[in-house]
Amino acid sequence: MRPDILQPLSPGWVAACRQATVGALCLLAGGAWSQASDTEPSPARQQTLIHIVRQDCGSCHGMRLKGGLGPALTPEALADRPVAALVSTILQGRSGTPMPGWQGMLDEQDARWIAQQLLRGFPEVKQP
Amino acid sequence: MTTTLRLILSLSLTLILAACASAPTPVGTGDLGVVIERANGTVAVVNTSTQTVLGDIAGLGDLSHASVVFSRDGAHAYVFGRDGALTKLNILTRQIEARTQQAGNSIGGAISQDGRLVAAQNYEPGGVKVFDAQTLALVADIPAEYAPGKLSRVVGLADLPGHRFIFSLFDADQIWIADLSTPQKPALQKFTQIGHQPYDALVTPDGRYYIAGLFGEDGLTLIDLWAPQPQARRILQGYGRGQQPLPVYKMPHLRGWAVAGRQAWLPAIGHHEVLIVDTDTWQEVGRIPVAGQPVFVMARPDGRQVWVNFAVPDYHRVQVIDTQSRQIVQTLEPGKAVLHMEFTPRGEAVWISSRDANLVSIIDTQTLQTLSTLSLPSPSGIFFTSRAARMGF
Repeated sequence: MRPDILQPLSPGWVAACRQATVGALCLLAGGAWSQASDTEPSPARQQTLIHIVRQDCGSCHGMRLKGGLGPALTPEALADRPVAALVSTILQGRSGTPMPGWQGMLDEQDARWIAQQLLRGFPEVKQP
Repeated sequence: MTTTLRLILSLSLTLILAACASAPTPVGTGDLGVVIERANGTVAVVNTSTQTVLGDIAGLGDLSHASVVFSRDGAHAYVFGRDGALTKLNILTRQIEARTQQAGNSIGGAISQDGRLVAAQNYEPGGVKVFDAQTLALVADIPAEYAPGKLSRVVGLADLPGHRFIFSLFDADQIWIADLSTPQKPALQKFTQIGHQPYDALVTPDGRYYIAGLFGEDGLTLIDLWAPQPQARRILQGYGRGQQPLPVYKMPHLRGWAVAGRQAWLPAIGHHEVLIVDTDTWQEVGRIPVAGQPVFVMARPDGRQVWVNFAVPDYHRVQVIDTQSRQIVQTLEPGKAVLHMEFTPRGEAVWISSRDANLVSIIDTQTLQTLSTLSLPSPSGIFFTSRAARMGF
């Protein structure tokens, strides 16, 4: 049986992550969990994430992700960024810049999937 | 009557009828507007009297964060696209009259008091470009160079009386005024160290005050443009970021802000509050808790109500504040991802775009009932031609 820590973050964990006091624990859990590369968000969740990135991240990074107030998020622009660094930026934000931490809305699995897709060239929203 | 006369009369009548049939019906522009369909590079032309979509104009590129200014005759809309394209539309014929790819990444624009110059504020390359409003020929290029080879992203561009534009440099903590009285040789006046990271700004409806919101510190910067020697000074320190800055999921927009009577109503940044400021003393006189991080805080034209929309994840709501009692009188849920609100010229109705609901709701501002809804794909900014007559719009 896999240890609990390898399971996707439960809502409880996500809530806990919001508390700065357990930030270290959260990172620990996230780090260990991230080794479980066989888990990724459900197809429905992936569609939601694509929408969030294109629309809400797009407020600052542009709907085409070519940048705006925030930098471009194209594969070329992110070429030398490790996934872990992107995940950390997505969840924690970047201090000194307008980039907020999105851990109130995204969990580690979401952020990792988004980071991987950004490095590959982010998918388009499926047209209905 | 002779046969000849009869023939002449009959011919004349035929000619008159023919002329009537071919003459275009004259149409005014006072109740027209445009709605940005952000995902498909299209704007819809709308009529606020009939509450209908008249038609579409396509082929405008990346319209995420697009904004619009109008010519004085209200017949032309200048659309500033995110991808740096500036397009001049004739909203009567619904055709593109001119288009220029003027930058790599743009955030909006302004039109001069006399309607002859259109200015675009750009992130990439950072600066302002000024165009002939008729032809979109480049008149002046003003790079926001604040250190050798370093260009700042430009925000908070607004028109000022005269041939002047004012704007803020996000990366340089500066505010500049460009005077284009001699268009080919813009005269620049620079205010430095105005505060950290100005993120947006506004000019008051009388053109007297320019106010920039600061992301990097807790306060705003004010310039009294009527002062003999205008200076940038800090106001409302502690206005919005608070002691513990919160994540800001979407930058508040100050343009289109709310001045109602003697009070200005401002979005707090990060916090779920709207702040009330006395415009004589520039002191805070109240705060109202609201349903999320405010993005637009807009006064109905008469100033009796203030309408507020919010950043993700609270962006399915809109709240209406009564400015006299300072109470929230209604919380509306027009649809998911409310991005913008626009009042009809005299404010009897407000149009609200809900991006993810693919819906524009038209709401009676007295009864707060929905009068009508229009189906439009991913609607964002809504702009009515009444903006043509207002400073700072």
